[in-house]
Amino acid sequence: MKIIVCVKQVPDTSGKVAVNVDGTLNRASMQAITNPDDMNALEAALQLKDKTGCQVIVVTMGPLAATGMLRELMAMGADEGVLVSAREFGGSDTYATSQILAAAIKHIGLEAEDLIFCGRQAIDGDTAQVGPQLAEKLNLPQVTYAADIRKEGDCITVKRMLEDGYMTILMKTPCMVTCIKELNKPRYMTVSGILNACSKPLTTLDYEALKDDPLIDPATIGLKGSPTNIFKSFTPPRKGGCIMMDGDARTVCGELANMLTSKYII
Amino acid sequence: MDFALTNEQEMLKKLAAQFAENELEPATEEMERNHAFNAGIFIKMADLGFTGLGISPEYGGSGGGDTEKVIVVAEFAKKCMSSAATLSIHLVAPKTISRFGTEAQKKNFLPKVTCKGGLAAFALTEPGAGSDAAAVQTTALYDEATNEFVLNGTKCFITGGALADVLVVFAMTKPEKGLKGMSAIIVEKGTPGFTSGKIEEKMGLAGSETAELIFEDCRVPADNLLGREGQGFKIAMVALDSARIGVGAQAVGIAEGAVDLSAKYMRERVQFGKPIASLQGLQWYLAEMATKTEAAKWLVYYAAYLHDTDKPFSKEAAMCKLNASENARFVTNLAIQIHGGYGYMKDYPLERMYRDAKITEIYEGTSEIHKVVISRAILNQ
Amino acid sequence: MPSNNSTNIAAFKDVWVFCEQRQGKLMPTVLELLSEGRKLADDLGVDLCGILLGDQVDHLVSELGGYGADKVYVCESPLLKDYTTDAYAKVICDVTSEQKPEIFLIGATHIGRDLGPRCAARLHTGLCADCTALDVDTKKYVRFLRNASTLNVDGMKWDESDRNLKMTRPAFGGHLMATIICPRFRPSMATVRPGVMQKRPYSQAKADACQIVRPDFKLDERDLCTKVTEVVKTARKMVDLIGADFIVSVGRGISKDVEDGLKIAKELADELGGIVAGSRVAIDSGWLNADRQVGQTGKTVRPIVYIALGISGAIQHRAGMQDSDCIIAVNKNSTAPIFEIADYGVCGDLFKIVPLLTQMVREAKTNH
Repeated sequence: MKIIVCVKQVPDTSGKVAVNVDGTLNRASMQAITNPDDMNALEAALQLKDKTGCQVIVVTMGPLAATGMLRELMAMGADEGVLVSAREFGGSDTYATSQILAAAIKHIGLEAEDLIFCGRQAIDGDTAQVGPQLAEKLNLPQVTYAADIRKEGDCITVKRMLEDGYMTILMKTPCMVTCIKELNKPRYMTVSGILNACSKPLTTLDYEALKDDPLIDPATIGLKGSPTNIFKSFTPPRKGGCIMMDGDARTVCGELANMLTSKYII
Repeated sequence: MDFALTNEQEMLKKLAAQFAENELEPATEEMERNHAFNAGIFIKMADLGFTGLGISPEYGGSGGGDTEKVIVVAEFAKKCMSSAATLSIHLVAPKTISRFGTEAQKKNFLPKVTCKGGLAAFALTEPGAGSDAAAVQTTALYDEATNEFVLNGTKCFITGGALADVLVVFAMTKPEKGLKGMSAIIVEKGTPGFTSGKIEEKMGLAGSETAELIFEDCRVPADNLLGREGQGFKIAMVALDSARIGVGAQAVGIAEGAVDLSAKYMRERVQFGKPIASLQGLQWYLAEMATKTEAAKWLVYYAAYLHDTDKPFSKEAAMCKLNASENARFVTNLAIQIHGGYGYMKDYPLERMYRDAKITEIYEGTSEIHKVVISRAILNQ
Repeated sequence: MPSNNSTNIAAFKDVWVFCEQRQGKLMPTVLELLSEGRKLADDLGVDLCGILLGDQVDHLVSELGGYGADKVYVCESPLLKDYTTDAYAKVICDVTSEQKPEIFLIGATHIGRDLGPRCAARLHTGLCADCTALDVDTKKYVRFLRNASTLNVDGMKWDESDRNLKMTRPAFGGHLMATIICPRFRPSMATVRPGVMQKRPYSQAKADACQIVRPDFKLDERDLCTKVTEVVKTARKMVDLIGADFIVSVGRGISKDVEDGLKIAKELADELGGIVAGSRVAIDSGWLNADRQVGQTGKTVRPIVYIALGISGAIQHRAGMQDSDCIIAVNKNSTAPIFEIADYGVCGDLFKIVPLLTQMVREAKTNH
């Protein structure tokens, strides 16, 4: 049995972010990290590995720099890394990305006992689409928002969160699960993991490697093939005019209270 | 000359930094309050393989050399000097056993302290034997009838001594021979006749327990003799050479931490209508602190590189520790100054860092001893 | 799957809304979506249709009509009683392939975000998630952009005949806004977060006029690859942040005395008739439950008054509350980013300010 974990390297949008003069984001100002939800997906896979001895493969679609991230994930315990990278794949939206990842996974080989784990959403695109679209392209059943995953025989039982509770869902393998932060606490790399990571296998799949798969249709991948395009991007204007209240606490609170009651409270 | 860290070293640095921020920093307040060793944190260090640095995986170690140790210890020291010191000093005894021990000793003692969560300690110092390490008076007389060494004497200022599972103890097997009569003996916790005494109250390093050790007719199997009889002083000196690099790393780390905090504070603190970062006087302080720390760092890395590549490194080890430790005092002092009144308050870590930094000029060889070592190396060339 | 795309865009007509129901009750966001869909349908001159799946749910149709639907496609089956990806995706994709709507809106609930991408992939069309603004009419879009951005809209070229759905959403944790279009494929799909769009007034006339259409669809046991073994509602009453008019929100600033901080926040919220919420820090630290989180990964709220206590105002938080009518921020640090978007700022100790404010509000109310 193996578990394929799809991961993405993203800019750390929770830190300081600089905006260029023309309103575009200064991407260089942001640190590159592994998408947080993907870390939960990997941890879930590693916990199953601890229990069952299965293999864990991490797959990412990205530029060559993403190999550093794959090595870190292998230092956490993943057995193999696969980088999917080609000029032709650049600029893909979620639909195109999921096709490419599906082709890559078919290339790696998906067997009856296998599982695919993804993070629920990436903190740059924030769409939560690739997981389900990948499942669709591979014709696999899916469960999203997984807060608990258990393997029993040839099925998995997943606790799927809703806003006001949860559903318990039984699903046969192979299948796809997207993971949320409540699922687990990702482990650290270990020193031996780090010193061994560079000797674990890391393959790169480029356009040549995947082009024969019917999913890789030049008309439906990359920037040109993506169904959605960016029409405009912009930064919201700075809201101005904060009135900083001056004076001692009593005066300030009195003024605020008067403002609130006269304007807003009936 | 390639100054770049390897991929593995970069990842190790990142792991150590994450661990320091997530696990060590939150624990500092409790360490200060309780003046106690945090066993939970040490176990976490062991789980991730930090406690096995420098030891072969064959004996449960994690591999790596002095450079890897320096990277980790420095990152730890940025956030928690006690933890950095705990790890750095813990690593000395296993390294010594690995270097001088028999296969049986390595297989027996090393796994206990590399991967099983056990703490190691290095027991050389005595009330009468500080800088004058040769003045050790603890005896370990051989009892032919039982094939044991019988230890009698007291050690003091031993980091982790009261809690350690495995200790390398230096004692006179042949007191009449002076320096050449000292041997290194492996002693395990709980051996009858071996107890710990006073736990010192110190100026800093609150999370590292410094203990008095008492040996009263403590009988230890002769198989626990590390290296040859009479080789003890040499073993101690070799061990301390590498330990010094660890202290250099601690000192560099704490200085880097202080520089980072100072820069952050200077950006945020507003006086006279502007951030104090705009004041040239403070800018100059920061520049001095950062430059000296950078230089200290590379000398520590250089000493580690020499050791890792099996080149002579005693002089450089002494230099890097001397230099980095004095720098740590200089930097933490200025860092408090930059923080003004807040630097003096326990709400901020600066005053703790200042108190923690001072020890680096004293232990594992005082600055004065190091100057002797260095000048000797030069004059004897 | 039929390739229903790019070959003939003109064959696609009407605005559709997925009418999510759970246990026979409509999710509130459906009504917001219908209201928004109504505007789009009017701009395009087409019908607004709902698509409703479930088991014995046709009693919901008139409510859907009341909020703007001209007709509702109803698909009922015991296999559709509880949501499963397989059943819902199959029925929706089969029906939409037949009926060819040009726009399809889905509420970004946990279920919507599971269903939307699966359908978009099956239909080979584009989906834009978590939209905060939708426009088809270019003039209206330009007006929106003039207020919502720093772009020089008047200096740009605009194609007024462009009827593509322009879907605006935050990206990069809220640092950037992007308008996405799906020019070559149909339907143009979008998910919208609950609480973002505004519900229009109910119209009894429209409710009465709403048509029911029951399209043919095939669904049997073999189509389902998962099994729902239980559906559990948490015992706790869920907090309705989205409906609240007054929100008192806490952040890292209460960390030095969490118990007191929460207590004084609640007292102020009670005095105002509002609810206590928190930034991500408050939830991650365990001070408040996840249903009270405001921000990019929490809820988006637009109350009348939002009081931020000890919240620095990182952009992920701002993304969730910046459209509140009145923002009051209390923070020790005068350079905290929250003051950039607040209407009123108090630089001080919240532990002193908040109880005083509560008292003053109480007095002001009795005097009023």
